This record gives sequence, C-alpha cells and structure tokens, in this order.
Amino acid sequence: MTQTVAPARRTLATPPVAASPFPFHPGSLLSLDHLTLESLSHLLARATALENQDPLTRMRILAKRRVALLFYESSTRTRTSFELAAKSLGADTTLVSDKSSSIEKGETLKDTGLTLRALGAEAIILRHPSSGAAWLLESATRLPVLNAGDGMHQHPTQALLDLRTILAHLRPGVTTVTAETLAGVTVSITGDILHSRVARSNMLLLPRLGARVLLCGPKELLPELAAQAGPGIPPQRQGPVAGGPGIEITRDFEAALRQSQIVMMLRIQAERLAGLQLDLEEYKAAYQLTGPRLAAFAPMATVLHPGPIIRGLEITAGVADGPQSAILEQVTNGVAIRMAVVERALTASIQGGRA
Amino acid sequence: MTALIIRGGHLIDPAGGVDALKDILLKDGRVAEIAGPGKLKAADGAEVLDATGLTVAPGLIDMHVHLREPGQTHKETIATGTAAAAAGGFTSVAAMPNTSPVNDSPETTRWMQAPERGAVVRVFPIAAATRGSKGEVVNDYVALKAAGAVAVSDDGLPILKDSVMREALAAASRVGLTVIQHAEDTRLTHTANWSASMNAGAVAFKLGLRGMSNEAESAIVERDIRMVAELREARPHLHVAHVSTAASVAAVRQARRNGLRVSCEAAPHHFLLTDEHVGLYDTNAKMCPPLRSSADRDALIEALLDGVIDAIATDHAPHAVHEKEVEFERAPNGIIGLETALGLSLRWLHKEWKLPLGRVLNLLSAQPAALLNLKGRGTLAVGSFADVVVFDPKAEWTYRAREGKSKSHNSPFDGWTMQGKVRWTISEGRIAYGTCGAADGACAPSSTIEGV
Repeated sequence: MTQTVAPARRTLATPPVAASPFPFHPGSLLSLDHLTLESLSHLLARATALENQDPLTRMRILAKRRVALLFYESSTRTRTSFELAAKSLGADTTLVSDKSSSIEKGETLKDTGLTLRALGAEAIILRHPSSGAAWLLESATRLPVLNAGDGMHQHPTQALLDLRTILAHLRPGVTTVTAETLAGVTVSITGDILHSRVARSNMLLLPRLGARVLLCGPKELLPELAAQAGPGIPPQRQGPVAGGPGIEITRDFEAALRQSQIVMMLRIQAERLAGLQLDLEEYKAAYQLTGPRLAAFAPMATVLHPGPIIRGLEITAGVADGPQSAILEQVTNGVAIRMAVVERALTASIQGGRA
Repeated sequence: MTALIIRGGHLIDPAGGVDALKDILLKDGRVAEIAGPGKLKAADGAEVLDATGLTVAPGLIDMHVHLREPGQTHKETIATGTAAAAAGGFTSVAAMPNTSPVNDSPETTRWMQAPERGAVVRVFPIAAATRGSKGEVVNDYVALKAAGAVAVSDDGLPILKDSVMREALAAASRVGLTVIQHAEDTRLTHTANWSASMNAGAVAFKLGLRGMSNEAESAIVERDIRMVAELREARPHLHVAHVSTAASVAAVRQARRNGLRVSCEAAPHHFLLTDEHVGLYDTNAKMCPPLRSSADRDALIEALLDGVIDAIATDHAPHAVHEKEVEFERAPNGIIGLETALGLSLRWLHKEWKLPLGRVLNLLSAQPAALLNLKGRGTLAVGSFADVVVFDPKAEWTYRAREGKSKSHNSPFDGWTMQGKVRWTISEGRIAYGTCGAADGACAPSSTIEGV
C-alpha cells in the first residue's frame, strides 16, 4: 500500500486560519512570541535598573499589591525567584500549590483562578503540567498571568534570564536588543528537547535576535520536525556551517560543541529514557558534557543549564562547578528578570498598547 | 394524520432521478404523489407549505452521532439531539453506542427508539460490536438487529484484537449488518502516563502537545481491509468512520478497486480544518481523530470530489461548556455538527469546490441510507418515507453555536458563514423543524414521531 499523497488536481481555496489571539491582558507573559523586540529590550533594561535600585526605594513600586503564585508542579528556582522578585518590589505574595489546596479536591483551574481573583490577587504566576494552561487561566480570570512553565510548551522567564546571561557574556552592557544583536552566535541546546519547555522558549526567541540555534540529541528526544516549529524561522539549513539565524538539528554532540559559543544542557530524566528504550550509558557516552569534551571542543564556550541539574548524567560535577559554568549566574539573573516581569504585569495599562 | 403539500419548490432527488420544479404530496408518513406545479390530484384538505424559490430534497441522514442518552443527559438527550438534527435538515440519525451504559443490548437498543425519548426525527441505534465495547466478546448481532440496530461499532474504543475483529466482521456479515470501525491504534496514542491530544506534527511540537500519528489511524484501516479480503467469501461490509488521513483514503480507494465492500465517511471538520486551527489550545478544535495536516485535508477534499468518500457524517459529539473549559490535554474529544453540516457542505463543497448539488445531497442522504440499508429513505420516490428537507440554497447566514438546538455548544464553526438555510424539516410527514405554512399558523411546529 503506497502512502503517498496524490497531487491535488486543482488549487482549492480552503477556510482561513484565524490569527492567534493576543493575550487578553497587556501585563501577561504567556509566551515570548507576542513580545516585540522593543518590549524585550524594555524588560532587560528594567531588570538591570531594578537590580541596581536601592531596596527600600524599590519596595514602594508595588507596595501591598497582591500577587498569587499558583504552582501545580514542584519548583525551587522559579517559585523562589518569582516570590523574591515580587517581594523585592513590595508586593504581598501568596503561594497556592496543588498539594495543599482545593485543587486536590478536584477544583478546576478556572475555579481556582476565579477564587484567587476574588481574594484580591492582581496577577497570577502559574506553573502547570499541561501545555496551554496559562492561556486558559488568563481567559478565565482576565488577570495578568505570568507563565512560569506550562507543560512541554513554554517557560518564557527562563528564556529571558538565559538571554540576560548570554548577553552578559557575549555582549556586555547591551540591553537594547535588535534582530542583529546575536548575529554570528551559535547556541547549542542538547538533551531532551522533545519534552522541554525551556528548549522551545529559547529556540523560538534566540533566532529573532540573529542567533543560530543548534539542537542536539538522539532522535527519540529530538524529532526532525523540531526545526519547523517556529513561525518566521527559516527552514532547516543543511550542513553544520551554514550559519545565519534559525534552527538546525545535529545528532553529533562534539560537532555541536565545536560551533557553540553558548552550550545549553537540559536535564535528562532517567525514567523518560527508559520509556523510550534508550540506554542511559549510551546516552551518556554520546551526549554527556564532560570536562575533557568541553576542553577539546568548546574551551571558550559558556555553559548554561536551566536546572535542576543531574550531576553525572547530562553534565559532570566538574563541568557544573567549573570555570565555564554560568549556571548559578542564571539563577541570580532570574530574580532580576522576574522583577521586571512582575512590575510589567501590575503596571501595564489595559488601554495602552499591548506590550 | 394530515396530509402535507410542498408546493412550488425545486425538487432534487438524485436517487429518484428528479431535478425539476415539482409539487409533492405527503400522506400517512409517505410520499404519496409527485406532480408538476399545480398538478397534484389528491390535494384536498392538505396543509400547504409554499416552497417557491426553495430546494426540496430527501431528508438528510447522519450515520454518526452521539446523542448521549442513556447516561449523559447533561450533554444532550435524544430529544435535544434530534431537535438539533431537525434544525440541520436531518431526518435520520444513527446513534453510536458509547452511552452509559454502553448500548450492547436489545433492551437499550429498543429503549433508545421508544416514543418516550421524545425524538423529533428517526433514531437508528448502532449497537456495540463487543460486550461493553471492551473489544473481547462479540455481541449477539441477531438479537441486536431484531431490536432495530442498523450497524455495529465500538466507536471510540476500536477493536484492536485481530481475532475479535475477524469474528465481528464474520458475524455481522451473516446477519447483514455493517461493522463501523473508529480506526485508531490506541496503543500508539495512549500510554500509562499520557494521551495524545492532537495531530502529530510541527504544530503539536510547537504547542508542546503529544501527537497522534497518521499511522495510528491508517494501520488499523489497512488491517481491517486485510480481514475483509480474507473473509471475501462472506462479503462482510466494513465502514471506516471519519477518515482523516490521506493514507486511510488511499487504502479505502484500493480496497474498492479490489472489489471489497469497504466504505467510509468524512466529517466536515476534517475536510475543512487543519491542525493549525487548534490555534492557542482551542478545545473546540479537539476531537478524535484530530484535525490533520493540510495535505491530509486536501486528500479528503479530493476523495469527496472523486467519490471515494461515501458519506458526510458529523460525529456530533456534545460536551458541556465546563467540560471543554479545561486544560487542552484534559478536555474531552469531540464537537457538535448536526446544525452546521449542510451549511458548510453547501458553502464549501458545492459553492467553492463546485461539487454538483445533487452529489452533495447524495453524500448527505442517499448514500448513507444505502450504507445502513435504510429502506425507503434517502429518496423521495413515491412510496418512500416522507422525510424531507426544504432549504433556501442561496441564503447565507452566520452560525451562532449558543443559539442552536443542541444542548451543547462546542463547535469550532461558531461565527462562520453558512450557505443554505433550512426552512422545514419533515420527518415521516410531520414538521420536525420550521414553522407551519398555514395562514392561521394553527399547526404545531413540531411533534415527536411514533416509536417502532
């Protein structure tokens, strides 16, 4: 049985696809797709300004405003840095987690969101295991919603803090970004791309600033169609030295390292490999970032990892703690970025242009 | 029973070979007489509907709906579902067995057809192919057919075991029933930890959603066709529900060339929409099989135009608002379709893609009637059931899901422009939808039909 699609006999008009709606609230940050480069630059500038501001002055910006953190997944970095960021601006925060709330009793996301709004929450920071949950919460509550990770979909503040880290290393002092800011830069992202919201957010953001994103991993964790995922991103280029902004795929980790100024590693969950019949030792042999590998193929590169790291799996302890690692810088940058994002959530005007 | 005359309309009855201005007399639930304008003989005392400028056609037949009764009456009932059918021009609907309890018994099959259900058009139950639709034990098709089942299917819970599918095809062929298969290898679309929720592809990757591959559908279609070929002597009839992929259509086309009794249906959403219409997690664009790629959609259009697809069926699947207002992965599959099938088919298949009106109507009436062996339906030949739809073929209108007759509103076509406005739907001689044409407006707008 042949599976080829017969060529269409004629060109037929078909119903148009409606443009995806913008977020309802201009303070929301659901994905980075809707953020213009101007808005991005503004957030980066605000992150730096807020970080440098006197803490007591800074506390007046959102004094006594109410921010709810709604977490359906465990989190250390994201939850704590959002909380510290909001508190640094003077906001009151409250944490609702799925383990100790009516969510356990079967309350829907919509009802939990409406309840938080009725309690006075002015913005909700959501971490959720289902892709798209942040859209649902925003449409139900019409509050500014900050997506702190939705399923396998997006983790926009992670990509922003990664960008801030990358700029600090490669373009020190730059906060105004353009389509050329990262021209000539190759960022490799290696590991479980398929299940990673961090990978999706970064691979859709960085090419807009001129970077070339090199995705690396075995086909079980990195399907070929990943290269077609972004709107406006050129189709996959052939060959490892094609250059230019866009997304490319390679299965050869050492070739990826050789080309990268930024080496981003992703966490590997052993149980996921088991589900895919991938051998852990084979994976490590091909894709673990080790000291010798880094020294041989990317001795000048900066190493990033969104955390949590699994030492000895995707990355060795020596590399994680080594001089090329910027993993803890990323964490620190998270607080500054999230201050800017929370400030925007509570100061963006409904009437004003959508940022 | 009063007689009814539909006067001045353009009668299109492809099965009866009529395409002309005709008056038609309906009497005692049957078509009594057809004559040129003003030429009806036995017209005394009949109520008259003025169909000037309108098209008069055999009532539409939807061979794939979910009426949710018994068991899930918050989504739909037989009364509301058939009211929606009538509003969409349908006079017969074949109801899938995934009710609660599953319709796998003659008792439930009869219960669904009882007058107490309040149906305004005819309901033909499709009984479960296996006990509890669990895919293990083939039901008693003799008893189910005697109770009124017109086909058997485990829709939504496809029969995966080869031995069970082979037995179902053989048993159904012995009693002259069709086996309808929802073709999905659920071992590929569900695991203990996750369920796929849309078409596999770049859109699913970008949205971070697990995908259902085309192969999960076409592999079952191809396996089932192999079984029909193995059982060639018994002439089993396999009907593939809601085909959605180019490979499935190709498999059906080839099976027919090989002389096998294999038919298939397509749903309007599959020949109109693609996975891009999921947009930002629109749960009204979530169904199974999922909206596919544009290449698959285009293959379906071609197959409708060249006749490989036998019927348009809606897979009308009502769900309450709160059930769809959840995370995309958690939302139930399915959309309603009874009130939009004709409007979409005329707008796109006929007006845009130039399929002649008679062929569009065949896909919606005569052909599904033949597939389900519904005698005296799908045509307006004298003596057949007085199942009629009268519509204004030129009228454009905007569909508003919340204003529909269905109890549920889960449609991706809300706000879409439809072509062809149903004016009257007549089920076995009674007006099931539309207001009466009498000057004094005395007749009831609708009434339930008698049970079997």
